[in-house]
Amino acid sequence: MSSRRSRSRQSEGGSRISDDQIADLVSKLQRLIPEIRNRRSDKVSASKVLQETCNYIRSLHREVDDLSERLSELLADSDSEQAAIIRSLLM
Amino acid sequence: MSSSSGPAAAAAAAAADSHRKKRRKIEADDAEETSRGRKTAGAGVGETTWRSLPQQRLYYTRLVEALSRSRRSSSASSAEAQDAAAASASASASSPPSSGAGEVRGIADRVLATAAKGRSRWSRAILANRLRMSRLGKHHKKARAPTGRGRLKKKPPPQPALEGGARKRRLPAVERRVKVLGRLVPGCRGISMSSVLEETSDYIAALEMQVRAMTVLTQLLSGAQQQLPPTTTTTTSGGQIGSGSGSGSG
Repeated sequence: MSSRRSRSRQSEGGSRISDDQIADLVSKLQRLIPEIRNRRSDKVSASKVLQETCNYIRSLHREVDDLSERLSELLADSDSEQAAIIRSLLM
Repeated sequence: MSSSSGPAAAAAAAAADSHRKKRRKIEADDAEETSRGRKTAGAGVGETTWRSLPQQRLYYTRLVEALSRSRRSSSASSAEAQDAAAASASASASSPPSSGAGEVRGIADRVLATAAKGRSRWSRAILANRLRMSRLGKHHKKARAPTGRGRLKKKPPPQPALEGGARKRRLPAVERRVKVLGRLVPGCRGISMSSVLEETSDYIAALEMQVRAMTVLTQLLSGAQQQLPPTTTTTTSGGQIGSGSGSGSG
């Protein structure tokens, strides 16, 4: 099995990536996704983990977009005085 | 046109040289990681770093700096535009915000990608994309938007028959999902599955930090708006909050 691993590492982008490596990385992802983490079940299929990962990334993107919109509004509204106050507080 | 070896030229050459060396070093590191098959070094900064408080504070500070810089330059350029009375060529070097939210998002992404110090593929892709878009100019602003190509859902080639029955291809479901994932993470199309997964975990941790920092900033700004009285355009030099100016007491 170790020979298979080393071989798979050398072939970049090839289809010979070992199952274990993939499973490893997928389980690492599993721990990051709050959806799956909270469910406390170890029997999540790799496909499900990946699907939830995609959904999670999309939701994070949406959140960043929403925050960007709010921030741009707040920054446009607030006068230079407030911005200066905040800047002086932070730096 | 003689090759002047004056001190200024030498200094400039040295600076350019160091830049080249730095870039070469980064490329060399990248090549090294590629040859090593990106075991864990390719994972970039490592997800744990994104959650550390110093890293978060650093990102937060840089974000605020960049945002205030952009606001200053945008207000300056808008003032210039008013002075120039329109129609004159936009001489301002800074790009005026076409859409505020998009600009904020771009700044947040750029600062995030910079924080990765070029150690992850997604961060390099973000910075490269911005460079490309700024070069193309405002006309082609959305020409190479990363989500542009995602719309073309090319049908994946039908799974070929098992090659000699020796090695089955990876489960199509997993492979398909990893491909989708690769389209979501910047710069991760057409790379190996394990690389996609590594980049993803790093990217997710970084995104979470970005969300946290922007949330804090938003709360701070909206809180400040509520507490401070709405500022009007009148000069507030010496004027006290809540009290009229010049009214004598008693």
